[in-house]
Amino acid sequence: MDFDIKKIRNDFQILSQQVYGKPLVYFDNAATTQKPQCVIDKITEFYQKYNANVHRGVHFMSAKCTEANENARNIVKNFINANHSHEIIFTHGTTESINLVASSFGDRFITKDDEIIISELEHHSNIVPWQLLCERKQAKIKVLPFNDKGELIIENLETLISKKTKLITLNHVSNSLGTINPIKKIIELAHSHNIPVFIDGAQGVQHQEVDVKELDCDFYAFSGHKIFAPTGTGVLYGKEKWLEQMPPYQGGGDMIDIVTFENTTYNELPFKFEAGTPNYVGNIAFGKALEYVNSIGIENIAKHEKELLDYGTKKISQIENLTIYGNAKNKTSVISFLINGIHPYDAGMILDKLGIAVRTGHHCTQPVMDHFNIPGTVRASFAFYNTTEEIDILYEGLLKVVKMFNS
Amino acid sequence: MTIKNRQQEIIEEFEIYDDWMDKYSYLIELSKDLPIINDDAKKDENLINGCQSKVWLHADFDDGKIYFTADSDAIITKGIIALLVRVLSNSTPQEIIDADLHFINEIGLKENLSPTRSNGLLSMVKQMKLYAIAYKTKNLPCL
Repeated sequence: MDFDIKKIRNDFQILSQQVYGKPLVYFDNAATTQKPQCVIDKITEFYQKYNANVHRGVHFMSAKCTEANENARNIVKNFINANHSHEIIFTHGTTESINLVASSFGDRFITKDDEIIISELEHHSNIVPWQLLCERKQAKIKVLPFNDKGELIIENLETLISKKTKLITLNHVSNSLGTINPIKKIIELAHSHNIPVFIDGAQGVQHQEVDVKELDCDFYAFSGHKIFAPTGTGVLYGKEKWLEQMPPYQGGGDMIDIVTFENTTYNELPFKFEAGTPNYVGNIAFGKALEYVNSIGIENIAKHEKELLDYGTKKISQIENLTIYGNAKNKTSVISFLINGIHPYDAGMILDKLGIAVRTGHHCTQPVMDHFNIPGTVRASFAFYNTTEEIDILYEGLLKVVKMFNS
Repeated sequence: MTIKNRQQEIIEEFEIYDDWMDKYSYLIELSKDLPIINDDAKKDENLINGCQSKVWLHADFDDGKIYFTADSDAIITKGIIALLVRVLSNSTPQEIIDADLHFINEIGLKENLSPTRSNGLLSMVKQMKLYAIAYKTKNLPCL
């Protein structure tokens, strides 16, 4: 289909509003994305017409919600090309997916002195759960570094791997620098040593096609809210062979088979990992969001975002003393930068008053900021509904920032 | 001049700006008036938590009054501290403890700063009041 930006923007009513009397320029998409009308309508529809708890009721509405929830699971399965829909676990988001694996995989497979390799590019949520696990198990973390362009030095991986390495975990795409990591290559290398790989795909799925079968990753996690679905939704994809062997993460309703006070047996996959009432309306809307992405076409999205990245990089590089952090060859539509001598918060505050929403700070990646020895950056992250005209507004805004602080 | 009068003075200064950019420009100007903390006091224990930008605060006690010095790596934050220091410095511990800092609301700073930034502002005020409590306790006559 044709990529009709005007039509697309009409699907996102929020984008046409004004803030402080200025047209909103929303460039904080790596933090969360906006929701198309069809997703919002889906939530309303289910609460207005069908709301009933899933997997429990014998009545019409419960069956309707259960069917829609499981249909959403199937949409996710197809979206990432998993083998089975029971390999798709619904979670509250990437963070919960990581914690689930750190807890359940960790309990089953990690013992004293084992090693987990983590990349230096990670978000805190793909560091801290593993640190907690390592504290519990007296295991160790090893770090795969990146170079000054923001690319992982994968030649170092071979030397980091030892007989004690039990897992390699890294993101598909860096949230603070936009680097697309060569995960297929890393997975191949890891598998040649029989080491499973966990991929934090929070910044990955919304920008490019993800095929977990082709990647052969053992786990892939992502959040709904970063791919146009409601907040509080997320996915953990895990290979059946791992999920089968892992103990449950949380106990509660729906995850059991038979409960007695002496012994409890657990439900089959995926329900073993979905204790309690799930966010079924969120999951259903999540499915709708993925259908919406499919209707636009992920290749079309990637193409438009690449144009925005190239245009934006060229445009804001014209500003004197501006440094872009993250210049990897393969990048998503994220530009992280600093203007010499201007604190990112000062820049962010002024841009905010001009109606431009960017993220400032360390972006939950303090080790990345430490690498560059900076307190943080200003991060503009584009989605497919953004335009080059909006980048021009950012450029003009930055000129104002420079004028205000350097005069 | 009392804390109340100093607040009134600031409110009047800000009244002439209806545009937010002008208010920020004025804050940037004010940042230059901040009595800067000595380098040897610019250490981690004087860093204030809750600020996304770094803020150092120090207090001296002289002749019954507290004098603040501070610094920040962000200019707008520095401007806000300059205002707080201007209002609270040169006051007795009791005056600082009792101070109701209504000017922050009235010049529209609280609403217009992001929640995290706003928290930083509150931490700053809290820390200044803690200094006042500490000096008040220290200054109690021995019974």
